[in-house]
Amino acid sequence: MATYDRLFDTLGLRDWCGTEESDGPMSMADLLAKSSGSEATTSLRDFPFPSLDALHDACQAIPQSRDLTKGLETGFLDIRDALRVVVDPLTQPLSWALEDMLWVMTETPWWVMVPVLLLITYAVARSWKVVGFVALVLAGLAFVDHYEVAMQTLAIIFVCALICVLFGVPIGIAMSRSDRLQGVLTPVLDMLQTLPPFVYLIPLIFLFSVTEPKLYGIAVILYAIVPVVRLTNLGIRLVDPDVIEAADAFGMTKSQKLFGVQIPLALPNIMAGVNQTIMMSLAMVVIASMVSAPGLGILVLRGIRNLELGVGLIAGLGIVVLAIALDRVTKASLARIDASQTSR
Amino acid sequence: MTKNVKVSIRNLYKIFGADPQAALAKVHEGMTKAELLDQTGHVLGLQDINVDMKEGEITVIMGLSGSGKSTLIRHLNRLIEPTAGEVLVNGEDILSWNDAQLRTLRRESMSMVFQNFALLPHRTVLENAGMALATRGMARRDFEGEANKWLDRVGLAGQGEQYPRQLSGGMQQRVGIARALASNSDIMLMDEAFSALDPLIRTDMQNLLLELQAELQKTIVFITHDLDEALKLADHLVILKDGAVVQQGQPQEILLNPADPYIEDFVADINRARVLRVRSVMTDRKPDAPVDGEVAPGDNLESVIALAEGNLDRAFSVSKNGETLGYIDMQSLVRALVPRRVDAEA
Repeated sequence: MATYDRLFDTLGLRDWCGTEESDGPMSMADLLAKSSGSEATTSLRDFPFPSLDALHDACQAIPQSRDLTKGLETGFLDIRDALRVVVDPLTQPLSWALEDMLWVMTETPWWVMVPVLLLITYAVARSWKVVGFVALVLAGLAFVDHYEVAMQTLAIIFVCALICVLFGVPIGIAMSRSDRLQGVLTPVLDMLQTLPPFVYLIPLIFLFSVTEPKLYGIAVILYAIVPVVRLTNLGIRLVDPDVIEAADAFGMTKSQKLFGVQIPLALPNIMAGVNQTIMMSLAMVVIASMVSAPGLGILVLRGIRNLELGVGLIAGLGIVVLAIALDRVTKASLARIDASQTSR
Repeated sequence: MTKNVKVSIRNLYKIFGADPQAALAKVHEGMTKAELLDQTGHVLGLQDINVDMKEGEITVIMGLSGSGKSTLIRHLNRLIEPTAGEVLVNGEDILSWNDAQLRTLRRESMSMVFQNFALLPHRTVLENAGMALATRGMARRDFEGEANKWLDRVGLAGQGEQYPRQLSGGMQQRVGIARALASNSDIMLMDEAFSALDPLIRTDMQNLLLELQAELQKTIVFITHDLDEALKLADHLVILKDGAVVQQGQPQEILLNPADPYIEDFVADINRARVLRVRSVMTDRKPDAPVDGEVAPGDNLESVIALAEGNLDRAFSVSKNGETLGYIDMQSLVRALVPRRVDAEA
């Protein structure tokens, strides 16, 4: 006799509930009750919360909680094929971009690749100190024969961070212009940011084959796009309203205002977002190595799987120095922008 | 004094709140500002404003904080939309204009100077000065000459490559004025333009404005909370209180004939000798004593006192272009300096 039997009887729903015999799988509690040979007597202390399982005991027509997770799974599997038809071609360019970038960065001889990277560093940061630091980091990684994996990691980060900026900045701008859009997107961004990174991977594994680069590409982008969206939105909203009013008073059009005033003035914030995005894609690319993302993460994973302390530690430290290098480069460019336009 | 009316505000109302139209009906039924706020939660920002701004004159709108003066000036270029009323520029109601017309108005015939300067911090002084022209689509090399000309004119020659943050407040506001002048608009809106500056610089800027105005004859609408500034600059003075016009007219008239105790309190503390001009005190009656000299109708009384060396028995003839317009004697002059109490008269 279950606790909520009376409820369904008084509501007159007994017929709807169906027969008492259970054909579903038995729960542990049921098994225990059966083995002890007596119906569990319920004192007030054990009065159960009216959860799905408790109600199921009283009324067969109500599903168990496990049916919920199972339903999600079968539901996802049912729409998988339809989803794949749409998503697969849409995301195919991501696979190509990742494959090409990986190919370029690993196949180019190191004596070409390293100077090119240093040139990019100088172009972005305009500081010989930072260039020197990056050179040191690359030389260090190459010296312990981690050059190729480091390049793979960098290639994935470059592609993913670029796509994050390409999509994130416009989304952030749209958010800054519409309070309603901000209201809708903020919880989505919160969710993307707090959902444990592994959870992204599960539906993606169902959708794509594990060998496809876009699998980890999408996971990295979803995880890393959040800060650039947030900070673009914030940056544009923080632009001095007096300046915006002046722009209006002199008859600027919306696009003149956006490109001539709002984006330039929000640039320090946007760049801070880009910095965060790069850092988060680096974090995610390590986790994504579980789904075949190449790079330093693979070595970390090997270290964990085989308990090879040294391999894991060196690869981990490699990630750390790479992170510091990326951070210094983007911070230096941020400081450069900041210095050229801090107001008042 | 038959100048054209350049900008004209007719029966303008502005009500802030969820349902301004319903609140407007209540105001028409005679509800006061306090009652409206109390009963409906709507704020009556502006109430039945009627002001004519004449071409080539400085119209000063004066009031304390919260009197609605900044709201009012923003109606002239529709940065704020009114609840009811008309704003006529050159006789056309700009409230019926579409976005494109409005943009043209803001770009070409109405420029604005702001209390907090509101310069673009990421552009150089030169680019800021040329902002209005750049907004019209001019390339930098095309507006450079014009922008430099106005920067020179406001005393910022050679500062064009600086960034606004490298300049002092007074210099930043000079850029703001150059920006407004470079747009070559015939109407200039100045929203507390000098209020953020310290007193000496403020006086400098007022003189600069008067000097420019003597030369350019723009239609200027100037907002201030400072009566001395208002009296110094105004050709036409509008005094706002709680969103309504309390009195408007020539500053002299307001000073000599304050309409209500609020304005009396306002004008009680100012140096009347510096504000009152000979033309508002002079009479047709020829004094018995011989005149001791000539003064111009635009001279202020302070200069006449100085001319009389403080002696009360002097009298002067008032003349302009060699023509005698009237006479002024020291006794009536001193009488004019005593503030008149409305309540004492009534």
